[in-house]
Amino acid sequence: MYFGLSEDQLMLQDSVGRYLEGASELEEVRRFVDGEGALAETLHKGLEELGVPFVLLPEAQGGLGMGVLEAALISETLGRHVSPSAFTAAYGMAVIGLREAGDEDWLSQIASGSARMGVGLTEAIGGRDDAGLIVSGDTVSGRASFVMGADGATHFLLTTGDQLVVVERGAKGVSETELTTIDRTRTLLTLDLDNAAASKVAGNNHAQAQRKMIDAGRVLLAADSLGAAAMMLEKAVEYSKDRDQFNRPIASFQAVKHMCAEMAAKLEPCRSMIWYAAYAQDHVPEEASLMACLAKSHMQEVGKFVARTATEVHGGMGFTDLLGLHYWFKRIGANRQLLGGPEKLRAEAAELQGWVG
Amino acid sequence: MDLNFTQEYEDFRAEVRGFLDSNKGNAPSRSDRSVRSKKRLAWQKVLLEHGYAARTHPKQYGGYGAEPDALKARIIAEEFARAGVPGGIAGQGINMLVPTLLELGSDEQKEKYIKPTLSGQMVWCQGYSEPGAGSDLASLRTAAVVDGDDFVINGQKIWTSTAQFADMMFCLVRTEPDAPKHQGISYILIDMKTPGIEVRPLMTMTGFAEFNEVFFTDVRVPVTSIVGQRGEGWMVANATLTHERGMLGDPDAALGRLRSIAEIMKKEHIDGKPLIDDAVYRDRLVRLQAEAQAMKMNGMRLTTLASEKKSSGMAGLLVKLQGCELNHQMAELAIDVMGEYGMLYEDSPFARDKGMWQTHYMFDLGMIIGGGSAQIQKNIISERGLGMPREPKPAPGTFKAN
Repeated sequence: MYFGLSEDQLMLQDSVGRYLEGASELEEVRRFVDGEGALAETLHKGLEELGVPFVLLPEAQGGLGMGVLEAALISETLGRHVSPSAFTAAYGMAVIGLREAGDEDWLSQIASGSARMGVGLTEAIGGRDDAGLIVSGDTVSGRASFVMGADGATHFLLTTGDQLVVVERGAKGVSETELTTIDRTRTLLTLDLDNAAASKVAGNNHAQAQRKMIDAGRVLLAADSLGAAAMMLEKAVEYSKDRDQFNRPIASFQAVKHMCAEMAAKLEPCRSMIWYAAYAQDHVPEEASLMACLAKSHMQEVGKFVARTATEVHGGMGFTDLLGLHYWFKRIGANRQLLGGPEKLRAEAAELQGWVG
Repeated sequence: MDLNFTQEYEDFRAEVRGFLDSNKGNAPSRSDRSVRSKKRLAWQKVLLEHGYAARTHPKQYGGYGAEPDALKARIIAEEFARAGVPGGIAGQGINMLVPTLLELGSDEQKEKYIKPTLSGQMVWCQGYSEPGAGSDLASLRTAAVVDGDDFVINGQKIWTSTAQFADMMFCLVRTEPDAPKHQGISYILIDMKTPGIEVRPLMTMTGFAEFNEVFFTDVRVPVTSIVGQRGEGWMVANATLTHERGMLGDPDAALGRLRSIAEIMKKEHIDGKPLIDDAVYRDRLVRLQAEAQAMKMNGMRLTTLASEKKSSGMAGLLVKLQGCELNHQMAELAIDVMGEYGMLYEDSPFARDKGMWQTHYMFDLGMIIGGGSAQIQKNIISERGLGMPREPKPAPGTFKAN
């Protein structure tokens, strides 16, 4: 029994971390958010050289054939550096869905770089009155809301309820509305489709493919929040050691120390939990959905606590734009709402265990 | 990550199961907490012989002499829990005194005390806290003055669990009143039958006396009762605190408690509907389940770190703070779901589980306060785990009581 990361996994995370530390500096993230530069694309190319988009792709398609745990370590690192990236959707969820469905054509296109997929599964988690897609022959119509992974996407992988379909970005009948969320490091879209040409994903077991996409997506979002929260805690500790009031660093006041201790004590077990939830996706299938629900719901509760507490430790400066701490705060805030908030996830977890009348 | 055990460990697990299958008929019940029970002492003897108690203690002092192996320790704990059989005696004598003696005791002390302690024949209590020395333990004042070949002890200890049964106490006393507070303390071993010792039960909010107060009036113990040198007691005691923190809890214990709350919620009905159908209570249940799951995984990570002989870091520092709080919150939920029945206690008619959840709720609050309060834990986490500075010490006399 070995509960921890392997040398290879540590090396992967370390190499992605070292790259992002330089390439995804806060000043670059700011420029991207302000509509200057193309950081998302620059990072995509840089991460491609490190093999990041190929992590989950099967070896048959030229991928690395790794698991959700490796992908989660990448997500954690992206969250840590609030990096603009479509990784969760394009190279996490989409690849897992296509892998499960056995769609080698699309997987090959993704591997060759000729296709990159945004993902729209919001309606599979909780339908709204004004959204949902209807298939008619080879076309699809309706609305897909909160489509993830839009940065650099060439196609969208969407749910029609019981099926997965692919539409091409910019094709006839595909109109997109960019959403302004609190988190401007990643782009979300709402798609309105009007008899848009749709190609069905291979295979018939799309329900299972969607299930796996949602589970893995939840784990990756939790990992993203873990990285962001860990960075906020480090920043809070560092700031409190530098900031003097009453002739001493505020880090020497128990009121401040205890805030930091509470953050650390709640956050560190999330790391083990997310490792396990990610590992379960590939190795403990009977627990995969439950662990994804528990890990994301718990991480989002702890993430919210860390986001506000770390901001408070920074005092007034935490509230300003000067330090940019709010990019992490908002990244955690957006992750909380995507693919099911804590209450929704806990209700699902209860159902999965038969805790429902 | 690899949650499978290698063949060596699977074989070991089979060995433990085989032992339990053929011996569990002789085991005392898990609720038998009496330290003098014949059945428990006989069980301890069997466990010592097979290496399921005092597994890594040296053979010459009655242990089994095995190499430390965190995975085997875990397998033993898992299999005993699975079989519903109590493990070896785990008092403060075995957990704290024996490791201290092995490290710092004289040969004579090792010979005299370790074997009967491991066998459960000799019961110990810990004399550290005093009414005026809690979180600031080093300010303790119980005095030991040399008179001929004896120390003469006067003072008072508090929070002394098992003092009413104990044969012996390992105790911190002030022997050098003029030295700085940490350098004036000695660690001595006291026979509880010595004249001048009075043990009074300390009734707590649970309605039980889980602790005692111990009063010393001109208690004479030989000067040879000291472990280490005079004035080195703080260092000697900290050697045992390291052992206390080094103990690994059962990572599955919190989830076990959670499962029993889920059972209550399935069983209890209000207006004909089981409580598990109530969305609000169910949300609280799953919220705690997620936290218990996180602590379980943290515990598994600690097992691996221990088996690799690596430092446990933050993952270890947080266990007391988070674990006690989680237990307290689970007891709170169990009480809340029972509604009016949740307040029934002890032998009340209609009480569920003998009001056990109220006992847990109150006792767990005691656990949050005791053994290094939550606030002390947060100091430790921020200082040792996050590298934040200690609060500066004010000059004496800065604060005056009104």
